[in-house]
Amino acid sequence: MRRIDTVFSRAERPVFIGFTVAGDPDKETCIRAAMALIEGGTDILELGVPFSDPVADGPTIQKADERSLAAGTNVDTIFEIVREIRKRSDVPIVFLAYYNMIYHRGIDRFYQEAHDAGVDGILVADMPVEESDEVYKAALRHYIDPIFLITQTTSDERIRKIADKSRGYLYLVAVLGVTGVRDTVSTGALDLLKRVRRFTDVPLALGFGISTPAHVKTCADAGADGVIVGSAIVEIVEKNLGDPQQMAHSLRSYVARMKTGH
Amino acid sequence: MKRKGRYGKYGGQYVSETLMDALIELETAYEKIKRDPGFVRDLAALQQEYAGRETPLTFCPNASRELGCRIYLKREDLVHGGSHKLNNTLGQALLAKHMGKKRLIAETGAGQHGVATAIIGAALGMPVEVYMGEVDTKRQALNVFRMELMGAKVIPVKSGTKTLKDAINEALRDWVAHVRDTYYLIGSVVGPHPYPLMVRDFQSVIGKEARRQVMKKEARLPDTIVACVGGGSNAMGIFYPFVKDDVELIGVEAGGEGIETGKHSATLCAGEAGVLHGTLSYLLQDDDGQVLPTHSISAGLDYPGVGPEHAMLKDSGRVTYTAVNDPDVLDAFRFLSQKEGIIPALESAHAVAWVMKNTDRFDRDDIVIINLSGRGDKDVAEVAALQGGRS
Repeated sequence: MRRIDTVFSRAERPVFIGFTVAGDPDKETCIRAAMALIEGGTDILELGVPFSDPVADGPTIQKADERSLAAGTNVDTIFEIVREIRKRSDVPIVFLAYYNMIYHRGIDRFYQEAHDAGVDGILVADMPVEESDEVYKAALRHYIDPIFLITQTTSDERIRKIADKSRGYLYLVAVLGVTGVRDTVSTGALDLLKRVRRFTDVPLALGFGISTPAHVKTCADAGADGVIVGSAIVEIVEKNLGDPQQMAHSLRSYVARMKTGH
Repeated sequence: MKRKGRYGKYGGQYVSETLMDALIELETAYEKIKRDPGFVRDLAALQQEYAGRETPLTFCPNASRELGCRIYLKREDLVHGGSHKLNNTLGQALLAKHMGKKRLIAETGAGQHGVATAIIGAALGMPVEVYMGEVDTKRQALNVFRMELMGAKVIPVKSGTKTLKDAINEALRDWVAHVRDTYYLIGSVVGPHPYPLMVRDFQSVIGKEARRQVMKKEARLPDTIVACVGGGSNAMGIFYPFVKDDVELIGVEAGGEGIETGKHSATLCAGEAGVLHGTLSYLLQDDDGQVLPTHSISAGLDYPGVGPEHAMLKDSGRVTYTAVNDPDVLDAFRFLSQKEGIIPALESAHAVAWVMKNTDRFDRDDIVIINLSGRGDKDVAEVAALQGGRS
């Protein structure tokens, strides 16, 4: 069974999916942060591939991308980070990337290298299902789960098309807007969860704006299979830039709190 | 699955999922409205009564004598607002109103598209917010004032390179957050389908008029048409009605301090295929696919991407794309001002500069149309500062 499917085949809900930007603030610290997230109980690790123009992201992740790129992170570095994590853990690793990073390297080559390094799934933030033929084929060829977004504005007709091509899990966007910490989980998100459930058995994970144990509980009560936390984690990285040890400690305890609910 | 909005391999819709249904809604609305007699009539009336179309095709006796060919200027500098940008904003704002959208957002580089959006927002009673790179708000302070005077809110963008590219990033982020009631009015033939198509359609009025006018004056088509290319809307507008004719088409990009220095915005001359802002086209990027910072003396050309239809026209060889550097642009800026009493926008001065540098290609009877996409009043302070206050 694939790593992501294995995680969702376990009984515990919701699965905790933690995101950090690859190479933020540098390669070594990022590996340490990723391991802390895993030690704290992260079930699936999402790594953002930093990009110069991250249009789907709010200021927190934009700044993380800038820090990573300023430290000299390139695609080779990102694959090295994955290999280092893979040496120490079997947690599924999912890339969140913008399409140009994949297109420029060569679609097939990128997916091949990702698989070889130990990546399990790839979500392309600016790749709607309509444009995804080549990427989808490359993903299947290299045993990478193609992961897609569904939002509150996605029509039923398109949800069907997207669900049909999705493997691993579906990433449901809880808000209209870019990534970033928000106060509450919107009722629109919970309605979306119900709406998508009608079309698919693929696990559904809610992301964007989720940062507290209360948010996690709201999502779980509504039947989410997973919760995705990004900006809140990146904020912890940002607050502890000068102190990697404290960073690791804070990340571990944050994830543990999110998992246990208090 | 059928791929929409393609120009050869270029174009497409590479956007966040949140925007996909908005793009489908937009495409459906546009395809319907462009055949609607009421819309066609309203747009024609606005173009004529409000924007001041048609614009003249001005013969330039002095420049022609100096440069050794018959120089005509297509006078988009005389469109209300001072550039061709209003051609597009009139069309898209009418469309937005028909779609029931309550708010217009736009990006702007030199400020001309922002001004053109502010103009139509005021005229149609729609609130306008314009994203503008902080660097550009400083070098185009006059246009910031004009936008605000007409009731638009100008939002300085402090992320990334603080220029046009980043203004588009922020406008896209705004659109994602307010997609239900907001219309994103893109100012060039860039972005995801249907924008490159729509903007070309609305700008094609330039080429259609020029064709009619040159036939009337010269009883033949021109030999060469020259236009500057940033995103490429004024160039697409004048080229498109001539694409199937035996007319040489030249697109002039911003060579900045020279392509070899890396400080330029010559996307088609020096870039390679890539995806930015929803479209696959040429892109200035590094070895890893990160988008590169650009440079141009003109904020309106300071963009690392270009319209996807230009990418196709380059690959097919139908249009020749080239670049001129900042010092030549300043020479052209002064040349046209002194010889013809017409101050060109620094963007448009790129097209003039190319003709000045290529006079040996032309005979005395050759007809050359330069698309004078905008007037240079907005650039006067910047140019004065560059040369220490002397004209």
